[in-house]
Amino acid sequence: MTPDQILFIVTALISTLAAVMVVSRRNMVHAALFLVLTLFGVAVAFVLLEAPFLAVVQVLVYIGAIAILMIFAVMLTRNVTDDSGDPFNKNARVGGLAALFVFSLLVVMFGGWSQFTAYPQAGDTSGSIVQLGVALTAADGYVIAFEVASMLLLGALVGAIFVVWPRQNENE
Amino acid sequence: MVTNLLTDYWPILVLLLVSLGFAGIAMGGGLLLGPRRSSARKQEAYESGMRAIGPGTRQMPVRFYLVAVLFILFDIEVIFFLPWAVVFRQYYENGLGAFILLEMLVFIVILLVGYAYAWKKGALEWE
Repeated sequence: MTPDQILFIVTALISTLAAVMVVSRRNMVHAALFLVLTLFGVAVAFVLLEAPFLAVVQVLVYIGAIAILMIFAVMLTRNVTDDSGDPFNKNARVGGLAALFVFSLLVVMFGGWSQFTAYPQAGDTSGSIVQLGVALTAADGYVIAFEVASMLLLGALVGAIFVVWPRQNENE
Repeated sequence: MVTNLLTDYWPILVLLLVSLGFAGIAMGGGLLLGPRRSSARKQEAYESGMRAIGPGTRQMPVRFYLVAVLFILFDIEVIFFLPWAVVFRQYYENGLGAFILLEMLVFIVILLVGYAYAWKKGALEWE
């Protein structure tokens, strides 16, 4: 085994175990903290795939912001530190079967894709930030998507304020 | 490949090892060397040396959530700046400086609408 493979296996094991902990903890704050570990594992996976920009985004946005948002969301609910009860309900078996079905479907689909086992070659710049910048800004690239992204952010911003802001008629 | 990784990500690995080592030595050293005389006062949650008021993880006002959402949105906005900034000079030297500047202006102006809305609504203030 190459050092790369060892690094990948260790990372994959840690993030998978952390992901299992996320869905099985009785304390939601602990689940949120395990989610951070899972997201960090994904960041390492991006590094191994030679996608450094995505790794940085993963750490900055997902670990830095989304995880904090998750913890806030958990703390908005009642009795956070209390035992939230058994995380499995009577649909757990059906849900598990459905997840297994989707997973095997994905394995079959990706298994048939020739690029699935391809590894980035040395000197391959397709994952570099310059390439991403060109793709996002070129007139024949994804410039429309780039501008639409700001509309999406605008929608989320206005939506968040609208949802959180106290209604005037409720104050009366 | 892994040699590449080691040279590129060496500082991150060092940072990780130093932080883990520091925390491990500090906690392990305290565990090994420090005397342990427990008292009810010491068992309380640490709150800057003061007596803690209420539980540490009580229900939070929803305003905190709004702050977190606003933080994420502007965080993502900044993330979009980076690939743009990296290729800016390339465009400028090809005589397309106005084009790429306009692209970012459109992007920012759309978001400025949201910023103005948040400001007008008072969402950036904490009464």
